[in-house]
This record gives sequence, structure tokens and C-alpha cells, in this order.
Amino acid sequence: MTARERIAGNVAGYVDDRTGAAKWMKKNLTKVFPDHWSFLLGEICLYSFIILLASGTFLTFWFDPSQREVIYDGGYAPLSGLKMSAAYASTLHLSFEVRGGLLMRQIHHWAALIFMVGIVVHLLRVFFTGAFRKPREFNWIIGVGLLTLGIVEGFLGYSLPDDLLSGTGIRIAEAIIQALPVVGSYIAFFAFGGAFPGEAFIPRIYTVHVLLLPGIFLALITVHLMLVWYQKHTQFPGPGRTEKNVVGYPLMPAYMAKAGGFFFIVFGVTAFLGAVASINPIWLYGPYTPGQVSAGSQPDWYMGWLDGLVRMAPPLETHALGHTISWNILIPGLILPGIMFTLLALYPFIESWATGDKREHHLLDRPRNAPNRTALGAMALTFTLVGLINGGNDILSTTFHLTINQMMWFSRIAIFVLPPIAFVITKRICLSLQRADRELVLHGRETGRLVRLPHGEFVEVHEPISPEKAWTLTAHEQLAPLELPEYDAAGVRRPGLLKNKIRNRISRANAVAVPKVTESERKEIEHGH
Amino acid sequence: MKRLSRLRRHRAAGPILLVFALFTIGTTFQVASAVSNNATTAAERSATIEEGKQLFLKGCSSCHGLNAEGGAVAPSLIGVGAASVDFQVGTGRMPMADMSTQAMRKAVVYTPEEINALATYVASLADGPAVPTDEVLNYERDGSVAEGGELFRTNCAMCHNFAAQGGALTQGKYAPTLMGVEPKHIYEAMITGPQSMPVFSNKTITAEEKLSIIKWIKSTEAEPQLGGAALGRVGPVTEGLLVWTLGIGLLIGVAVWLAMKAR
Amino acid sequence: MSTEIEPIKDPGLPAHIHRRADEDEKYAKRAERQVAILFMLSAFGTLLLIVSYIFIPGDKFIFVPILGSTNAAQLFLGLGMAMALFFIGAGAIHWAKNLMPDNEMVAERHEFRSSDEDREEFVKTVKAGAGAAGLGRRPLIKRTLGVALGLSGLTPLLLLRDLGPLPKEDLQKTSWKAGTRLVTDPGNRPILASDLEVGAVAQTLPELAAGEERTLNDIGKDAVLLIRLRPEDFNLDAERLSWTHEGIIAFSKICSHMGCAVALYEQQTKHLLCPCHQSTFDVTRAAKVIFGPAARPLPQLAITVDADGYLVAKAPFSEPVGPSFWERSS
Repeated sequence: MTARERIAGNVAGYVDDRTGAAKWMKKNLTKVFPDHWSFLLGEICLYSFIILLASGTFLTFWFDPSQREVIYDGGYAPLSGLKMSAAYASTLHLSFEVRGGLLMRQIHHWAALIFMVGIVVHLLRVFFTGAFRKPREFNWIIGVGLLTLGIVEGFLGYSLPDDLLSGTGIRIAEAIIQALPVVGSYIAFFAFGGAFPGEAFIPRIYTVHVLLLPGIFLALITVHLMLVWYQKHTQFPGPGRTEKNVVGYPLMPAYMAKAGGFFFIVFGVTAFLGAVASINPIWLYGPYTPGQVSAGSQPDWYMGWLDGLVRMAPPLETHALGHTISWNILIPGLILPGIMFTLLALYPFIESWATGDKREHHLLDRPRNAPNRTALGAMALTFTLVGLINGGNDILSTTFHLTINQMMWFSRIAIFVLPPIAFVITKRICLSLQRADRELVLHGRETGRLVRLPHGEFVEVHEPISPEKAWTLTAHEQLAPLELPEYDAAGVRRPGLLKNKIRNRISRANAVAVPKVTESERKEIEHGH
Repeated sequence: MKRLSRLRRHRAAGPILLVFALFTIGTTFQVASAVSNNATTAAERSATIEEGKQLFLKGCSSCHGLNAEGGAVAPSLIGVGAASVDFQVGTGRMPMADMSTQAMRKAVVYTPEEINALATYVASLADGPAVPTDEVLNYERDGSVAEGGELFRTNCAMCHNFAAQGGALTQGKYAPTLMGVEPKHIYEAMITGPQSMPVFSNKTITAEEKLSIIKWIKSTEAEPQLGGAALGRVGPVTEGLLVWTLGIGLLIGVAVWLAMKAR
Repeated sequence: MSTEIEPIKDPGLPAHIHRRADEDEKYAKRAERQVAILFMLSAFGTLLLIVSYIFIPGDKFIFVPILGSTNAAQLFLGLGMAMALFFIGAGAIHWAKNLMPDNEMVAERHEFRSSDEDREEFVKTVKAGAGAAGLGRRPLIKRTLGVALGLSGLTPLLLLRDLGPLPKEDLQKTSWKAGTRLVTDPGNRPILASDLEVGAVAQTLPELAAGEERTLNDIGKDAVLLIRLRPEDFNLDAERLSWTHEGIIAFSKICSHMGCAVALYEQQTKHLLCPCHQSTFDVTRAAKVIFGPAARPLPQLAITVDADGYLVAKAPFSEPVGPSFWERSS
């Protein structure tokens, strides 16, 4: 035993005497993690969150969250002598007079964008592979919560510098609050400490941004990870992979090195973006005042689709009995997003209700093998994308020589028309891919080699695929549709007839599939040749 | 003579003579042009007007009418002033090539003298804003960048964007970018209100304030990248585009490499 | 021949394929060197960062293709940091991939569900606990606890009351009064009607009395856009026409939709456009909404001139300015 080993042993013994950690660690250091690039998307979120904590802490050392009016006398000449809030002035100071300050600000903002991109891409991976199914519904809901809070946290974050662009965003947020029926103006006055903009809002959202929400994030992320740990990761179908096992690499050492290394990769890429690409150049936006606005005022991308929905809303307001309800704000700004996030959070339960599948799933679906789900996802994505495009309609129309009016009308129609079309097309593509899989398993891979048969016909030689591949392509199960009784034995309508009818209909649609190849079919073909 | 010839052969003789010659030519030219400026007589002015009229009849009258009274497709030019002509023709917007939405900045068709003649002719029809002289346009001396920025954000940014990059108006019209626009033309645009742009009268935004605006635009144009690639200075749209392409692209690329089995 | 009868069989975990580095020390050595190079690149990155931090002045600019003339300190500090971090990661991953064991392992999953006995015992324990506490037997305690907990929830609500004042009339009123002069923003200069040519606009605010300070809250409600048209261009009813002065018309600049500053005036079409959500207002018809999500015209300010010929408000706004709210009556 070397000296070093002895010291390490002593330290470990000291800790274990007091915690009994060795037993737990022994088991978990060899915990198996399946390897797939798409399983790293969640890690991107985790790591960018850590980057956000670190860079954000740096920023707080100089940022002054106050709307007190100051006269700027710092180094950026085009603003010198202007009145502005201390928040804006301190952001300028930290950008131009603190060495590395601008870099940190840019890293913080890029990390926030990457955090949100990571969440969305991770969510799409989990959705399209069916990883949210039992027993992982809780984690799905936590994830949806993190997405929602992430949008809020990002918005509050870029609002803090109190520049012209973010102030315009806060103005719009205030209008949404103010539009709430009955309590709107009260809540707005409480939130802003009086009329807009007041001097209370920036200090308040600062507390929410740096303390309250990060605290909630930490708690939710911890639970999210503990559940992943405890429930073990899902895996893609493949040879030797079943619902009862998990195949992969042990945490110690390879997975630890890879995951730890990936943290540095994410940080490095974020720092690279912070070094080479300007983000949120607040010195160009100028300090906020309600009398000014810039052409092309947009929110960050994760709010862009909401802004796009607000832009395309019809001009509807109800004035009755001395009161006003702004449907043009409430529908796109609160009701629609509310419905969307609720549906998103409830999706695992909706799907299991429709399929009647209450079993645990640890093997992932290939998206093509769940055509309905994949098509629904494509539909929701299309909806969001139309909103996002309309959110940038002014920039897009000047770039592509269109008119904002055309873009707006396109979006107003497309938001209704394109999602169903996306559903139909995606479902068909999925079924075609299933058919292609079936062909592949039955007839093998096309080799591109042509052979001339004795009677002169040319045929392409097909090479049979490996048993591993054949298994991977046929490992999924194909559920039969639910056949819920609509009438009882005596031919009397059962209670809940309508509900059963709907479920039957949905589950029939869900069960549409190209039958997967069976062993006997495959043998038949082989013998035929 | 000997001394002179010796001097002539001196090493520095060539360069000194050259400098002297250039100086003489320059001074003479300057004096001459000053004289010609001062001596712009009524006769010369009417000759310029006549030249402008001929140019107008050839190049502009088909739309603007033989007497600049306007037509079905083009407005009357009576009273628009020399500044308007200098802006429209001097930035290549006129003559107009494409009548669909709005006149675009493009290659200038006329020479400065021709533009001057056209402007003088149009100005002779009725009073209107004059072309600002270089003395008026001394924005470096008379303008203030910070004040100009504030004025710009209040009066201009809503159409031209926070960094004067331009922006969308209704029905495909747009406020053009102000990058690379001559100070004179910016000034003329403000006092004449070309096309969609409103007029910013010298009473509500003083001449000095206009120079401040120009100074701020020029300072923004010349501002180097303080934080890396500017991404068009159009705000979060391009930032979002970059993070969805380069940002997540790089990360997924590394993730794929990470999960690939080594050979 | 149903799929359930004879599915294709799982061939089982494929045999482990050894990496070159596992079998040939030459490759292992090479991989080791590569990892070392990656870590050295990281160290170089940190050096670059340190050197940039100390030696590059903040006002040094260099030309970089694509980026243009760029602040050197920001760029090299960032690139140094990016290199330092990225190559630690790249080195660690390369090390893990090539030199650490890559044998795939199989772990069994355990069932999450507790056994029936455990469940039963759990229910029993809860019941016993609740019974021992007497929750069921002592309804008085249960009810009073409910009241106490419910009431204590009011505390934060109550304490948050002082977050802000009640709205009262605040959203309904602006600083404009009959006779308030319109002054330029910025500049605070009063405006003569003759100062504006046809086609001209001016951004204005109410004149301040001596010693008064203008807050952002004031600007947020008081900002007004002046536009001069030819009087014959108007398409207004008699009352609204009387609110104009010689073709000069004044609107609240605060959008009736979500409160952005509406001031994109297109002189030829006489339309006003809001850059936030593209609501378009027709100035000749008292800012009637002709496109976009706004549901109400921009409030018009009645103007006239005072004895000195300066433009003044004829009356306060006849309706609240800015976005809608519940208490708004029209």
C-alpha cells in the first residue's frame, strides 16, 4: 500500500464511519448508463444551468438592480451625459470597464439560449421516443415545469439591464397582466409598485431572477436527476436489450469521464460564442423610456412564438357593462399557451388513456413505430414554428422582400391549416418508413450489384441483413386496438358509451401500422430463393 | 546664373519644385473657384436653370410632367425644393426603375453638375428647402453624439431600427438602412420627407439637432465590433438563428462523437 | 401466422469488439499522446487568457475576417477561455473512448412497485398513526387546525398588499389638461402651428411647470405624436375635426394594444404602424385600426393654439390611453 493510498483510505474511512456512504457508492459507481448521443441533450441543459449559475454570480458583483436615475459618465461615449437607470448604467460599466465583463455577459446570455434550446431538443427526444411513458411521467411533468420556468427566467434575465428593447418587452408583459379580467390592473399595480414603469420592477424581478427561480430550478433539477438515477435510463431497442435490463457503460470511469468532459465542451462552446458573436448589445439599444421604440423589436427566440401568436391575433375586444376584455391579448398571450402547456404536461396520461397501455416501458420507440404520436408532435411543432416565424415577420419580410401584411395573413391561415397537414404527412412518412423496414428485413439490403439471370432478366442482388439488425427493426410491439364494449350482453347501451366510442376510435387510429415481419415469413422467403 | 544652375542640380530641387507647382496649381484653382462662386451671376444661374430644364425634359418629364406639375404616377415637384431633388437623384432613387413599392437607393445616373442643374431648375419653380452647404453640414463640429442618439431613438429608431439598419413598413415598404449614406442626404431626407418618411421640420428638430443625429449615425456606422460578430444588428432574431444552428450544432456534433464507439 | 406466434428472435448481446488500442500498445500510446496534446491545448488556452487579460488594452481593435474590426481583448479573452475549457473536455472524452474500458455491461432493472405486503403494511401504519393522533376521533382538532392553516395562508397575501398602491384613477388619467402646451421630446420647446410643414411629424410631451420633473411614468402616458396633413385629407366627423388645428392632428403615442410607442408614420399612405405587433392605424380616419391585433384607435388629443400661437391641448384625453384594462368602459 502506497502512502497515497493510505491517506485516501483514511479519508474515505473517516467519511464512511460517519455516513456509511461506501455501501451506496460501491453500488452506484458501477451504475450502467446506455450510450447514445441523444441521451446527452439533457446534459446540455444541466451544464448550461451550471454555467448560468457561475457566470450569473459574476455579473451580480457589478450589476446594480435599481431604477434610480443616474447620469452616465462611463467610457461609452455615444451615451455619455444621458439619463438612465442605475441598472442600465451598471450593465454598461460591467460591459466596458470590467475586463472580461462583456465576455461574461455574453456567455451568460448565450448559455441561457443554449439552455432553452437544450430543453426543447431534449423534450423532443423524450417525446418522439416515448421515454415519458410509465414509470417516467413525473419526470416528464417536472421537465415541462422546467421549460415553463425557463421561459420566465430568461425573460426576466434579459429584462434586467433596462435597455430600450427589454423595456419594450416589459411594457408588453405589463399589458398582458393588465388585460386580466377583474384583477388585471390591481396585479399590475402590485407588480410594478404603481403605474408602469415605476421604479420597483427591476429590483423585484432581480430577486426573482437570481434567488427564487434558480432555487426552484435547483430543486426541480435535483429531483429530475434523482429520478433518472433511480429509475435507470431508457435505452433504444437492440440485440440483448430488453425491458428488464439496461445495457451500457459503468459510471466509473468511462461514463464519468465522458459526462465530465462534456461539461467542459458545453462551457467551451458557450465561451466560444461569447467570444465571437455579439448578443444583446444593450449599448446600441439605449436606455429605456416609454416614448421610444426600435423597429424590429423582438423577444428572445423562446418567447418569439408567443409574440408571433400575439401579432396574428384578430382585433377582438369586448366592451360591456363598463368593462373591457381584451381577447386580442388574452387568447394568444395567456389562454392558448395555457392550453398548450397543460396538454404537453398531460400528454403521457392522454396517450396511455388512448392506448389503454398501463405497462412500464424502458425500451424506447423508434418514432416511426408510433406514427400517431410522431404526427402529433410534428403538428405541435408546426404550430409553434408558424408562431415563431410570425414573431420575426418584420425581419423576415425585409430580408426576403415580402410584406409584413402577407406574412401576417400567411400565418393567420397557416396556424390552422399547416398543423393538420403536418399530422397527415408525418403519419404517412412513418408508415412508409415502417414499410421500408419490413422490406429490409424480408429482402435484405440493396447492394447495387446487378446480376443477369439465365433468361436475360437483370436483378439486383439483395444482401440479407444481420440477425442483430433484423431484431432491432422488429423488436417493437404492435398493439391491437382497444375494443371497449359499447353494448352489454343484453344489447343495452352501456354507461359511458360515448367515452368508449371515442377511445375505440382513437385507439384504432393508433394501431394503424405496417405489420412487422415474423420469423416464419422470413424463413418462407429464404426458402423461396 | 551659375548659382541658379547649381541650385537646379540640387538633390532637393525636384521635390521642392513639384511641391511648389502643386501648391500653385491648387491655390490658383481654389482662388478661381472661389471667384467663380462669388461671381455666380444671374446670367449664369439662368443658364444652369436652362440646363436643368433640358435634363428634366429628357429624363423626368415623362412621369413628373413637362412643367414638373406631376402626373398619374409621380408627384408634382413644384415647391419640393433643391434638397429634395438632390436627395432623390443624388442617391440614385430617381429616375425610378421599379414602380412597384418604393424607390430604392441605387447607382446614381447623373453627374454632380447635372444634379445641381436639375435641383436649381426645380428650386426655380417655387421656394423649397435648399441643399445644405458644407458649412451647415459640419456635424463633427456642431453635433453631439449622445444627444443625437437620444433624438434618433425618439424620432428615427421606430422605422430605421436601433442601430440605423432599416426596418419593415406596411405593404412591403421599408425604411432603408442608413449605413453608408452621405450626411448631406440624411439631412435632406429629414427636411424633405422623401416617400414614406415624414418631414422633420427645422423648428421641431433644429438644424443643430439634425447634425447631432447625423453624428450619431456616423459614429454607430464606424463603431467596431465590441462584442464579436454583430449579426446584422437586428436584435434577437439572428441570435436565435445562430444558437439553433452553430450553437446546438456544435454541441450535438460533439455528442455524436462522444457516443461513437472508438475503433 | 400472427406476429405474436413467432417474432424474430433476439440474438442477444453481440460479442465485444476490441479496439485497436486494447490489442496494440502502439495505438494505445498514440491515443495517450493525443489526449496529452488536447490537454496541452487547453493549457495554452489558459495562457492565452492570462496574456490577453494582462497585456491587451481595452481599446485595441483588430480586423478579423467575418467579424470585422473587433475588440481584441474581448476576442482573445473569450477564445482563450473557450480553448481552455473545450480541450479539457475533448481530452477527457478522447481518453474515455480510447483508453478506458469499453466493455458493455448489462444491469438488471428492478421493479418499482412495492410488494403487496409492504403496501398493506404501509396503509396499516398510516391508519394506525392517524388513529393514534386521533384525527378521526377528535373532529374539533381537525376543524380548528383547518381554520388555523387556512387563515395563516392569508398572512403572505396581506403582507404583500403594500407591493403597490391601488390603481384608482391612475390608468384613466394623463397629465394633459386644457391649455397644456405641447413641447418637443427631447428639447422641451413649445411648437407653433407654423413650425410643422404638411407631412411633418413631431414627438411631443406636455410642458412642465417650473420645478416639475418628468418621470418615465409620465412619458409612458403622456407621449403624443403630432402630424400635419392637408386639411382636405381628413375623413373625420365634425367633432374630431374640431380637435385638429389647420391639418395638425395629435394622437397618443402609446399603442392601444400593448403600449409600445407607435410612431412609424408613413407620409404617403398616412398610416401609423406599431413596430411591436404591426397594428396599423389610419391617421385620416382618427387612427382607425386597419390591420393587426389592436382593437381600438389611438386616443386623439384635441388641440388648438393659445394666445401666443403655440399648440396646446384643448381638453384632456377623452379616454384612457394605452392598453386595455378591466375597468376601462369603452
